[in-house]
Amino acid sequence: MATTTAPPEPAAPADIPPPSLRQRLLSGSTLGPLAALIIACAFFSLRTDRFLTGGNFSLIIQQVMVVGTLAIGQTLIILTAGIDLSNGAIMALSSIVMTRLAVHSGVPPLLALLIGLAVATAFGLANGLLVTRVPLPPFIVTLGMLNIAFALTHIYSQEQTVTGVPSLLTALGNTFTLGDTDITYGSIVTIGLFLLFAYLLGQTAWGRHVYAVGNNPEAARLTGIPTNRVLVGVYATAGLVYGIAALLSVARTGVGDPQAGQTDNLDSITAVVLGGTSLFGGRGTVLGTLIGALIVGVIRNGLQLIGVASIYQTLITGILVILAVTIDQVSRRRSR
Amino acid sequence: MLSTPSRSAAGLLVVAVAAVLAITACGKSSSSSSGGSSGGIKVGLITKTDTNPFFVKMKEGAEKEAKAKGATLMSAAGKFDGDNASQVTAIENMVAAGVKGIMITPSDTKAIVPAIEKARAKKVLVIALDTPTDPQSAVDALFATNNFTAGQLIGQYAKATMAGKTAKIATLDLAPGITVGVLRHNGFLSGFGVSGITPDAKQQATDPQVVCSLDTAGDQAKGQTAMENCLQKSPDINLVYTINEPAALGADTALKAAGKSGVLVVSVDGGCVGVKAIQDGRIAATSQQYPIKMASLGVDAIVNFANSGAKPSGYTDTGVTLITAKPASGVESKDVAYGIANCWG
Repeated sequence: MATTTAPPEPAAPADIPPPSLRQRLLSGSTLGPLAALIIACAFFSLRTDRFLTGGNFSLIIQQVMVVGTLAIGQTLIILTAGIDLSNGAIMALSSIVMTRLAVHSGVPPLLALLIGLAVATAFGLANGLLVTRVPLPPFIVTLGMLNIAFALTHIYSQEQTVTGVPSLLTALGNTFTLGDTDITYGSIVTIGLFLLFAYLLGQTAWGRHVYAVGNNPEAARLTGIPTNRVLVGVYATAGLVYGIAALLSVARTGVGDPQAGQTDNLDSITAVVLGGTSLFGGRGTVLGTLIGALIVGVIRNGLQLIGVASIYQTLITGILVILAVTIDQVSRRRSR
Repeated sequence: MLSTPSRSAAGLLVVAVAAVLAITACGKSSSSSSGGSSGGIKVGLITKTDTNPFFVKMKEGAEKEAKAKGATLMSAAGKFDGDNASQVTAIENMVAAGVKGIMITPSDTKAIVPAIEKARAKKVLVIALDTPTDPQSAVDALFATNNFTAGQLIGQYAKATMAGKTAKIATLDLAPGITVGVLRHNGFLSGFGVSGITPDAKQQATDPQVVCSLDTAGDQAKGQTAMENCLQKSPDINLVYTINEPAALGADTALKAAGKSGVLVVSVDGGCVGVKAIQDGRIAATSQQYPIKMASLGVDAIVNFANSGAKPSGYTDTGVTLITAKPASGVESKDVAYGIANCWG
C-alpha cells in the first residue's frame, strides 16, 4: 500500500518487538491470573481428593472449551479496543445451521459443517465492515448483531432442539485415553487454537498490527498499517473461531441447541478480563485468556466438588472481574 | 515497564482469591449437615434456575429430607430458563463428586438427554422432577405434577363458572416447544370442553374460542405486556388462562389498568403469592402442585438406591389440587385456607 506520510519512526508502537512467550507468561498481566489459578487449584486439592485427578482436569477443559474458544475471538477484538456482544448468538446460529442442514435438509455433514463455519465468518465479517466502513462503535454493531443472530437462530430452528446429529459433527466429543484419563478431541482442538493464536499474535506481523491498532489506531495508520483491513480481518477471523466454537458446542452436548450461548458473550469477556487483557486495547495475551477461562472453570468445578451451591461461583467470578479490571486501571495509571 | 505496580496488584488478586474461597467454604460447612466431603450419601439436585420460588422450595425440601436421612445435598442451577450448558456441566461435576443420584428439572428436555445418559452409564441414578425429559425414558424415574391434569382442572372450573357464556379466551403461555407449557395449555382446553385433544400432543392446540395466544416465559412483566397486547387485539376477552401465577398477576395488572372487570383469570402453581392472590380476588382459581413432595420423594429414592440398589422407575404423580375462593358446582376444589396451608414459596 503506497503511503505519502512520513516514514515510520523507530519508536512507533508497531515496531516494538512483542515479548517472547516466556516474558509474556512471567509478565505482570499474566502472572496474577496464573498465580490465582494455581492458588485455586491448590485450595481445592486440599479440600477434596477428587479434584486433583487427570479425569477431573480433562472435565474442566471440556467445560471451558466452548466459552474459551469464543474468548479467543473476543481477545482479538478486545485487543483492538473493541468488544463483541454477539459471539454467543453467532455460535448458536452457526450450530443450528450445521445441525439442521445435516439432519433436516439432507445436506452432507461435511458441507453442512462448512456452511455453518461460513455463516459464522460472514457474521464476523459483517461486524468488521460495520465497525470500519460506516463506522459504528463495536458495542452498538455487536449489540445489534446479537439480536439479529439470536432471532435468526430461533426462526430457523423453529425453537426446536436438533437431535440425531450425524457423527461427523459430534466427532470432537469423542475421547481417546491417555494413561487412565479420557480426553476429548475437542479439548485438543481448543488448546491447539490457543497456541495457534498465541503464535499469530506474538510472532507474526499480523499480530503486531493487531496490538498496534489497539494501542493507538492513529499512530498505527501513520506508520503505514492498513488499520481498517486489520480490523475487518480481526472481526472475520473471530467469526470463524465462533464457528469452531459452534462445532465444539454441538460435539459437547450432542445436539443443536437454539438456547445455547445466551450468556457466553459476557462469560467470554469475563475470561478475557480475568486473563489480564486490557479493555482499552493493545495489551494482553491469548494465553492469559486461557488462564482466565480456566479460573472460572476450576472455581465452578471445585466448588461443586466440595458441595457449595453454584450461585457462589457467580459471586466469586463477579468479585474477581472487578479486581482484575481494577488491577488493569491501576497499572495503566502508574505506567504512564 | 509495568512490573512493579502489576506485581503488587497480582499479589492482591491472589490474596483475594484465597480469601473469597476460604470464606465461601467456611460458610458452606457451617450450614451443611456434616461438612461431608466424603462418607455419607451424596445426592445432587439441579434446577432450572436459582431464583424461581418453585425451585427454591424444591431445594429446601430436598435439603430437609437429605438431613433427615443423613445424606448430603449438592445443588446447582442454570443461569436462565433454557440454560442447557450449565445443567450439563453440573451433571458432570456432580458425577465427579461421587453422587449416588441426581434429581434434575431439565431446562431443555431434549438437549439434556446425552449428558443424563453419560451419568447413568456411570451408575448414577437420575430422576427428573417436575418436568419430564424427552423421551421420558431417558431418566430412571419421574416425580412430577401431571401438568395435563393441572390444566384440565382449571379448564373444567372455567367451563362451570362461565356457565354457558360465550368465551373469548386469551392464553398466556410459557415458550414454544417446552413440554410443560404444551401440557397445561392443552389440558386447559381439554377441560374447557374442546374435543380431540390428547395428552401426548406435541404442539399447543388451537380453538376458535381462543382469540389470543402469547408467550410469557412465566414472567410477571412479560405476562403484563402479553395481556396488554391481547386486549389491544380483542378488548372483549373474558377468560384468561395463564401458565403460572406470576403471569396471572401480570395479566391482572393489565386488566385493572384497562378498566376490565369480571374477567376470569385461571392459573397453575399454587405458590403462596398465588394463593393470596386468589384470596384477594386477583386470580379466580389455580391448580396447586407440590415441589417439596417431589424433592423429598426424590431424595428418599436415591438414599434407598444407595443402600439397597433398588431403583425407582416410571412416573409418580405428586398430585394436584384445585384451589379457589368461589367453588363451581360439579368441580371438586379446596378453599384458600387449604391452599395456604399447603403452598410453597
